[in-house]
Amino acid sequence: MFRVAGSVTASRLSAVCCRTVTAKQFQVHGASLHVLSSETSRKSRNGPAHHRIPPSWQSVRTMASAGDSQAKINYIFYGLAVLFGGGGIIYWWSRKYMRETSKDGNKTKKSTAAVPAESKEATEPVSEKPTSETTKSEAPPAELPPTETPAEAAAPDAESKKLLDAMPQSYPDYEVMPDIPGHAKYLLIGGGTASFAAFRAIRASDAKAQVLVVTEEEELPYMRPPLSKELWYSDEPKLVEKLKFKQWNGKERSVYYNPPSFYVEPKELAYQENGGVAVVKGRKVMKLDPQKQVAVLDNGWEIFYDKVLIATGGRPRNIPVFERASQEVKDRVTLFRGIKDFKRLDEVSRNASTIVVVGGGFLGSELTCALGKRSRDSSLKVIQMFPEPGNMGKVLPEYLSQWTTAKVRGEGATVKPETFVKRARFSDGKVILKLNTGEEISTDHVVVAVGLEPNTELAKESGLEVDDTYGGFRVNAELEARSDIWVAGDASSFYDIKLGRRRVEHHDHAVVSGRLAGENMTGARKPYWHQSMFWSDLGPDVGYEAIGIVDSSLPTVAVFAKATEKDTPKAVVEETGESLRSVTETEAIKDPSDPASATGVEPSASEKTESATDEEPAPDVEAAAKLVAEVETENRVAPTPKEDYGKGVIFYLRDDIIVGIVLWNLFNRMPIARKIIKEGKQHQDLAEVAKLFDLHADED
Amino acid sequence: MSYCREQGKDKIIFVTKEDHESPSTADITYNPEEDDDSPGLILPNGEINWQCPCLGGMASGPCGEPFKEAFSCFHYSQAEPKGSDCIEEFRSMQECMSKYPELYPFDKDEDNDKEEQTKTTTTVEQKTSEEVAVTKESTATRAS
Repeated sequence: MFRVAGSVTASRLSAVCCRTVTAKQFQVHGASLHVLSSETSRKSRNGPAHHRIPPSWQSVRTMASAGDSQAKINYIFYGLAVLFGGGGIIYWWSRKYMRETSKDGNKTKKSTAAVPAESKEATEPVSEKPTSETTKSEAPPAELPPTETPAEAAAPDAESKKLLDAMPQSYPDYEVMPDIPGHAKYLLIGGGTASFAAFRAIRASDAKAQVLVVTEEEELPYMRPPLSKELWYSDEPKLVEKLKFKQWNGKERSVYYNPPSFYVEPKELAYQENGGVAVVKGRKVMKLDPQKQVAVLDNGWEIFYDKVLIATGGRPRNIPVFERASQEVKDRVTLFRGIKDFKRLDEVSRNASTIVVVGGGFLGSELTCALGKRSRDSSLKVIQMFPEPGNMGKVLPEYLSQWTTAKVRGEGATVKPETFVKRARFSDGKVILKLNTGEEISTDHVVVAVGLEPNTELAKESGLEVDDTYGGFRVNAELEARSDIWVAGDASSFYDIKLGRRRVEHHDHAVVSGRLAGENMTGARKPYWHQSMFWSDLGPDVGYEAIGIVDSSLPTVAVFAKATEKDTPKAVVEETGESLRSVTETEAIKDPSDPASATGVEPSASEKTESATDEEPAPDVEAAAKLVAEVETENRVAPTPKEDYGKGVIFYLRDDIIVGIVLWNLFNRMPIARKIIKEGKQHQDLAEVAKLFDLHADED
Repeated sequence: MSYCREQGKDKIIFVTKEDHESPSTADITYNPEEDDDSPGLILPNGEINWQCPCLGGMASGPCGEPFKEAFSCFHYSQAEPKGSDCIEEFRSMQECMSKYPELYPFDKDEDNDKEEQTKTTTTVEQKTSEEVAVTKESTATRAS
């Protein structure tokens, strides 16, 4: 069974550390692949089959082989594995045999027959096994082996639910046990990413911990990034229906962090010898009493806790125009946040002729690109609008924001910067939007992605401080709000020792802060130290990773690898339209510091082009032509000087100290970026700092 | 030759490969092995870091306790061969894991065929020998 552990661990480890990028596939990111190490997964983005060795195996090896006899260790490991694998089989087969010949044999046979062909033979006897075992260990008074309930559904959750139903008869006092425990050692409010990371950390420190999660949603904990990324780029609609997607290595992954069989029924949590995690769905915590250490739910139920984590995240913001609109309009507006919204939009986008996306930030731009891709195979028209001058206007410096906008247009969407909705009405089955520009747009559906309102509803009643600058619950550097109350994720305004107080709404931050809170709940007393990162992709060509305070209002210094023959005609056309190419050449020639070269555009035969290795020229020319046409009609593209922002690093400065870094199409470099932020020094020459990132590494 | 331009408060520098050939004079050194932010599986004091993301959900799942016991036993085992005194712990871990086939799958096919096992074993072994090679490399680098 070390093989079991080995195969599970090894596959997990290789998943963590080995990544490839295919041009066709959307660049999948580490965090969605492996929650707890977003960036280790992104490390090998540019290399196929670059097996970056998982650090843990390295360390295991180092410890296991103090010098020599490594091969020997191998054999032992696998000898043990095969032995116990074999032993394991013999073990459960014998139990199955015993059960089938027991006096409950009839019922067993019935349940065996009831299992539909789909569910594997292997799982059925296995799932029966814990029935007898657990009962024996937890309820000594139980004399009889428990009755087997017919395992009906193939779906594992129904199966394990039935299984769990089978056990309770033998639990002492089960009938009087409440559905929701009256006490939880670890109570987690909210069932999102921060909560998941927290319970994983809690149980890693305290392996017998009983953790109770209370969530308003009717869903088990799931990850958000695929809802605006991978799920839209999947080739397999059947998988998407089940909220699954294929990772770069071909393995399927669900948006749910754990399958239902991982969780314990809340009612049975107290009986678990090794603890577990139970999730109460569809319930809201209305208030906490920090002194009595009790949480009150919306149905009046009280849960006493020892430690509590608030991970309530936030609700998507809306704009007043839609808040005031008629019900018919409201029915056609999606405030995008969760699984429900994804399903709705997925369905709508298959039949709609027009969809408008309001919002030009991460979510809005990603959804626009996703819908834009969909629009290529259908008659769908996608229009994005936002008040800023360009996509990611609040994050990227203006020139890059403009470049990004051109990219989004290249994905097939119509982008309207400096635009907002003034009025909305319903007419003839369509929503009519009146814009500030005077234009009227008729659309089937509107997606709103204008930010998040942190959920601090329980603050007032609970005597918890709310941050009036950043929003969210105010906590210290160890994420503690008051004694035994922690807050992590989107809802947490925390003190970052390096960068000062802030509130971060990114996936990796939810993971990092959730984990930290979980560790602190088990006594670690660690401050926020490991900087979280975030990332975004703009279609298959451009992706960036970022860390720290990335605010476009700060002064920035950027270092880009100078354009070489990477500037294929296709790339040039895609960017801003053909007409500007001549401008480019003129500028390049005029450049005083570089009189001899007209490098902007001419391909040089000797050097390999990066784009050549990972792009398919043919289909994109069409998109480029489409783009050119659009550009001509809209005339919205700023006359960007013709430099190619293909690869580079952007430093965000505050008082001459680097507080934020964006790695533009550069991967495997996040640790260096993190160190720079951590050191917080004043650097004289940022071009020298940029050298550390090895911008030209992938060339020649 | 690199060149630079300014756009308002934003400065943009374009550099060629040649510009970046000389080593950086910036006042910062980055040594990947000294990255103390993520300690990896084994902490500096020799203990196992159960919080390591590399373990996935192994230490925190329903079989977290048996897993920790088995792995700890192996880690501290002085027996020859290492881990041979941990059979009980491994057995109970195996027992626990087989109750949750969804969480602890045997590869793709939940096939308990001996053949399958050997196949899996070989694959993991191959991966490990790769890692062994790299460890040797990195140990060498560290030593130098």
